[in-house]
Amino acid sequence: MSQTTARSAPSKSDIAVVPPRRPSPWRDRLSRLDVKASPYLYIAPFFLVFGVVGLFPLLYTGYVSLFDWELGDDNPVFIGFDNYVELFGDDQFYKTLTNTVSIFLLSSGPQIVIAVLLAALLNARLRMPTAWRVGVLLPYAASLVAIGIIFANLFGPNYGLVNSVFELLGLDRVDWQANRFASHIAIAIMVNWRWTGYNALIILAAMKAIPREIYEAAWVDGASPMRRFFSITLPLLRPTLIFVVVTSTIGGLQIFTEPKLFDAMPGSNNGGSTNQFQTVTLYMYQTAFEGQHFGYASATAWVLFLVILVIASLNFLLTRRLVR
Amino acid sequence: MPSNEGHEVRRILTSAAAIGLLAGMTACGGSSETPSGEGQAPSGPIELTIATFTEFGYEDLIKEYEAGHPNIKITHRKTGQGGPHHQDMLTKLTAGSGLADVHALEEGHISTFIDKADKFNDLNEIGPKDLQSRWLPWKYDGGKAKDGKLIGYGTDIGPLAMCVRTDLLQAANMPTDPASLKTMLATWDSYFAAGDQFTRATGKAWFDSSSQIFNAMVNQLDTGYINRDDSLAIESNTKIKQAWDKVTGAAKRGQTAKLTAFSNEWNSGFKQGAFATKTCPSWMLGVVKKQAGPENAGKWAVVEAFPEGGGNWGGSYLTVPKQSKHPKEAAELAAWLTAPEQQLKAFKTTGNFPSQVKAMESPELLAYTDEYFGTTKVGELFANQARKVTKAQYKGPRDGQIQENVTSPALAAVEQGASPEDGWKQAVDGAKKLVR
Repeated sequence: MSQTTARSAPSKSDIAVVPPRRPSPWRDRLSRLDVKASPYLYIAPFFLVFGVVGLFPLLYTGYVSLFDWELGDDNPVFIGFDNYVELFGDDQFYKTLTNTVSIFLLSSGPQIVIAVLLAALLNARLRMPTAWRVGVLLPYAASLVAIGIIFANLFGPNYGLVNSVFELLGLDRVDWQANRFASHIAIAIMVNWRWTGYNALIILAAMKAIPREIYEAAWVDGASPMRRFFSITLPLLRPTLIFVVVTSTIGGLQIFTEPKLFDAMPGSNNGGSTNQFQTVTLYMYQTAFEGQHFGYASATAWVLFLVILVIASLNFLLTRRLVR
Repeated sequence: MPSNEGHEVRRILTSAAAIGLLAGMTACGGSSETPSGEGQAPSGPIELTIATFTEFGYEDLIKEYEAGHPNIKITHRKTGQGGPHHQDMLTKLTAGSGLADVHALEEGHISTFIDKADKFNDLNEIGPKDLQSRWLPWKYDGGKAKDGKLIGYGTDIGPLAMCVRTDLLQAANMPTDPASLKTMLATWDSYFAAGDQFTRATGKAWFDSSSQIFNAMVNQLDTGYINRDDSLAIESNTKIKQAWDKVTGAAKRGQTAKLTAFSNEWNSGFKQGAFATKTCPSWMLGVVKKQAGPENAGKWAVVEAFPEGGGNWGGSYLTVPKQSKHPKEAAELAAWLTAPEQQLKAFKTTGNFPSQVKAMESPELLAYTDEYFGTTKVGELFANQARKVTKAQYKGPRDGQIQENVTSPALAAVEQGASPEDGWKQAVDGAKKLVR
């Protein structure tokens, strides 16, 4: 019966009656859902994990910061924004913030300049290129604690190697612990030692991706190596430089282990006898886990977070401007 | 060409990733310390955990206890350093879980924990009865909370004597016979006067670090930084300021070597002979020996005297936190470990000086000598010094923190050039900020 009707005149109802290869409506919906939803499902684990270990602590820290919350306190007292008010009047906070910015400038600035130069050197024709590349990355692979202990030794005021060399060269000894600026330099050197090679490799990868034709064209036009570096390499490195600057800003403003290990008093969070090299994170840690003032430490954490946001976006804009 | 370059980029990143992975792996390898025995079936023997730091000398004792108590299985968790051990202890105490059944607590950190006494078991209640006479009275009292609750059994102590570089004193034409040294160490004033004489004669420092002297002086006072009502005493107790003036005065006259205690530079200072005297709790002998090294053997002497009597620095307690599921068994274990016989064995393996009266009377301890310090019977010497301590100073909340984070840095600041007055202001302000 169906054959005859099909042959004579296919009608709307007919099409509906021939379903063998057609998916059922719910399967259809499922497959559409699959296309639409699966991508979200696939990336969901990241957001779930981020939600648990990133976002939740972030928000909860904000919540804690509104309380006078001592470690182990069963009934913390809600005090609104009092912690923030106190923080903005806290001399030690400003001192540690100044230290942090100073160490950050002394480390990130030279670090990126040296990293770019190092990348340019590694980009030249070298024997055993991989060995060199691995070489610059080695400090990054070394244990941070080991580096900290070694550098604290090198910069020892009385028996440190650096001062011995200074004396040999006829220079004055420097009290790397007591002198505020000197201690910042010593810590910045420690940071640079660890991170320069890492940044250099990221920049080197970006350099390798610059098409050779552009250099060849410039070379044919008679551009000097300097000119080629400043007019081709740097501008084309911009996205990578922005990335490196932003990540090193985020890292640089949260420096913790280096100043902690630099302190002559073992295990101390004081950042020197008068907090001369205590960073904000070190102060925050001390407030929370030694002072047990969790609310105040949480407020510090949030303010530091905002400071990092501001400085990172400033750096983003600056880098975009400068490297055209 | 471009494809080749892509390959190049990938190679760089791969080697970078490989190294990163390597670093990550080594990092993991260092920090993986899963407490063993946690995953075992709960059937059968009672499982106890004990957490200690540095060396308590308990390894063999625990085996001995297990052999005598077949129904008990003990897991020993050791932390290398005291700082992390107590940090961890505080976090777990406040979090409400994770502590061992028997948790060691050091005297210097006790102020942080004693005002959380409600989170510990009263050992007089759950432990064996009538143990009090075991310990020197001041050691027993030190383990008591304000309300009289006993939260810890004393393990070892650190009675104070003075270590002296006799060769340096001789070079300064100062007497080094025991009687003269004892007179020299009678009071803090006589000690600092001798320091002036020594510094003038040699140009060298008399002591290692201002805070090492100052802490000992403050520890001898009736009250420390905190009053019994938990208010701040740093200003009201004028004796603290007097001690400050004496120490900073001596420091400004060149008596300090300006070395931060336990820093690398301090260690080098021992080798270089940078200072002539050192406050010496019993356990410091090991430090002196190690840091001064064999080349300085025989130069250091331990003097059976300490300015203005005696003092104590260091030593621990064994606590049983309320978290413990087997408090009775845990208290029994702790009581057994802190019995004189056991602490004497621990003394023989580690040198930790026992706090138990009977252990201190044992002939083995009294005859103990260390050839690095000559023929002096150091065991007897420290037993005598321990008896000179008269009372336990009340350690109010944050007392230890004030010493570590406020007065020690302020004294270092004075050594680094600040005036004693500015240093004192830093100390008072810092203490007020901590106790609020």
